[in-house]
Amino acid sequence: MSLLSQAKPRRGTAFRPSRNSRRAGTGRLAAALLSPSLIVLGLVVGYPVLAACRLSFVVSNETIDPQTGFKVTATSYGLDNYAAVFTGDRFLRPWWNTTSFALASVAVEVLIGVAMALVMHQAFRGRALVRAAILVPWAIPTAISGLLWKWIFNSQGVANELLGARVLWSSEGFQAWLSVVIADTWKTAPFIGLLVLAGLQIIPGELYEAARVDGASTWYAFRRITLPLVRPALVVAVLFRLLDVLRMFDLPYVLVGPRKHSVETLSMIAFEEMSNLRFGTAAAYATVLFLYIAAVAFAFVKLFGADLIGRGTRSSP
Amino acid sequence: MTTTISRLRTGSLARRIGIAAIVLYCLAPFYWMVVSSLRRPSDQFSNSPLPVPVSFDNYAAAFDARNGFGRALLNSLIVSGVTTAVTLVVAIFAGYALARLSFRGKTLILTLIIAASMFPPITLIVPLLQFFTDAGWINTYQAMIVPSMSFALPLAVWNLTAFFRQMPAELEKAAQVDGCTPAQAFRKIVLPLAAPGIFTTAILVFISAWNEFLIAVSVVNDRQMMTANVIVSLFTGQYKYDQPFGTQMAAGVVVTLPLVVAVLFFQRRIVDGLTAGGLK
Repeated sequence: MSLLSQAKPRRGTAFRPSRNSRRAGTGRLAAALLSPSLIVLGLVVGYPVLAACRLSFVVSNETIDPQTGFKVTATSYGLDNYAAVFTGDRFLRPWWNTTSFALASVAVEVLIGVAMALVMHQAFRGRALVRAAILVPWAIPTAISGLLWKWIFNSQGVANELLGARVLWSSEGFQAWLSVVIADTWKTAPFIGLLVLAGLQIIPGELYEAARVDGASTWYAFRRITLPLVRPALVVAVLFRLLDVLRMFDLPYVLVGPRKHSVETLSMIAFEEMSNLRFGTAAAYATVLFLYIAAVAFAFVKLFGADLIGRGTRSSP
Repeated sequence: MTTTISRLRTGSLARRIGIAAIVLYCLAPFYWMVVSSLRRPSDQFSNSPLPVPVSFDNYAAAFDARNGFGRALLNSLIVSGVTTAVTLVVAIFAGYALARLSFRGKTLILTLIIAASMFPPITLIVPLLQFFTDAGWINTYQAMIVPSMSFALPLAVWNLTAFFRQMPAELEKAAQVDGCTPAQAFRKIVLPLAAPGIFTTAILVFISAWNEFLIAVSVVNDRQMMTANVIVSLFTGQYKYDQPFGTQMAAGVVVTLPLVVAVLFFQRRIVDGLTAGGLK
């Protein structure tokens, strides 16, 4: 951080080969190199977020002009869109679906992912094969894997055959919710496994040797050495997954379908409002979702202390 | 002595079972997609583990002119390709600056870039769709490419920053001692050496752009301009409520296979990139 003070650009020294000119050049170079990215992000993220906020307060009313008899659309600012979101019958259920998907999927994914990472960490042979295999679910587009799972969960599909049951998975109800959780878990548990494995591989083996000499059991070593040291990697993985599931759209949309009570997420409601050109309420739903995700992210970082910035700025030894 | 050996054996047996379980878990559903795509349409509801007899009818049906699947693949390729190329050019500069140069407000910029990747796409697409409607951009490539950069760019900047960090700084310092300006050192020394990291980032960005669904389904309503993911989800059967799963699985294999092949070839690099960036 002491380096920050070096970055002051100075004018008039650009052509003199002194230490100052190099520093000034660095500051200007940084600005030049970063501005394209910042401009693009401003246009594709900054502008839409602000515009969505504004749009969510725009209320348009269609009235008949008493003099001409034509319909006129009057726009004003107000809280009507938010009132429609919170008083309508389509908020609590989608909110709960969004939240329960996140809680259930991420919990199961962490358990399976950590188990996978522990197995892979032990494996010496076939590591390349395993690594390629765990990337396959991640590489399949979510919309395509939604179709794949829809087929697996078809009433005459292989899931029912294997279970020896006749469950109507893609109809409404708990089983539809469960099918989305299963499909999401399949796709991303290996990804958590991968990130945890990366965390495991930087733990020095001497720690385990020392623990064994001291007579610690495998379980004790796992709890007191592995978990604390792998925690930073795990926390970041969980945070990214959490944010990802909270904005989930493709999987329930393709796997079960739109306008299905038991799997409809906040993203899907906002999408439907937008498709019906009700941009104001769509923006209100989207803004509520965004604020909810931001609150969850903030609470998560405060509770578990995810070190996000460190991953990019940590200097190599 | 014998107990140690038997313990080692059970250890390696458990390990093998564990590995087999992971591979089975990851590949079984994908295997089912491939098997289903190779059945005869009349065997569609057969649940036998092998497609007997093997038939490519589903693939022929997927590429039937009525579906417009070939065109959709081309659209996907154009959108993902352009997104990847533009994103990389912009992100290489930013990644280098964030990794190497010291300047005021670096932490703030890194925070902004991470924050940008966290916005739900639906929040971004609502006003963008309204804007694209007004600007006459509906059913155009740029309407898909521009919003795609909202997730591609943070991912790329993040990965490249981590990658440039790992490169030894001495090389550039040596070049600067020899009289290069920082810009020259970047162009002549850093860029060629960074090629593997740039390539890794390109694969990751391409895969995430290829997987994109929400933006493509929102800004396009003309079948001619739809991407492969969207068009496959819209395939219709002979009757309205009859979903042609065999055809969809065949199309799914076609959409996925290039990515699976890339994953098999470049698995080491992809894993490095994913664990360095930690995004998506």
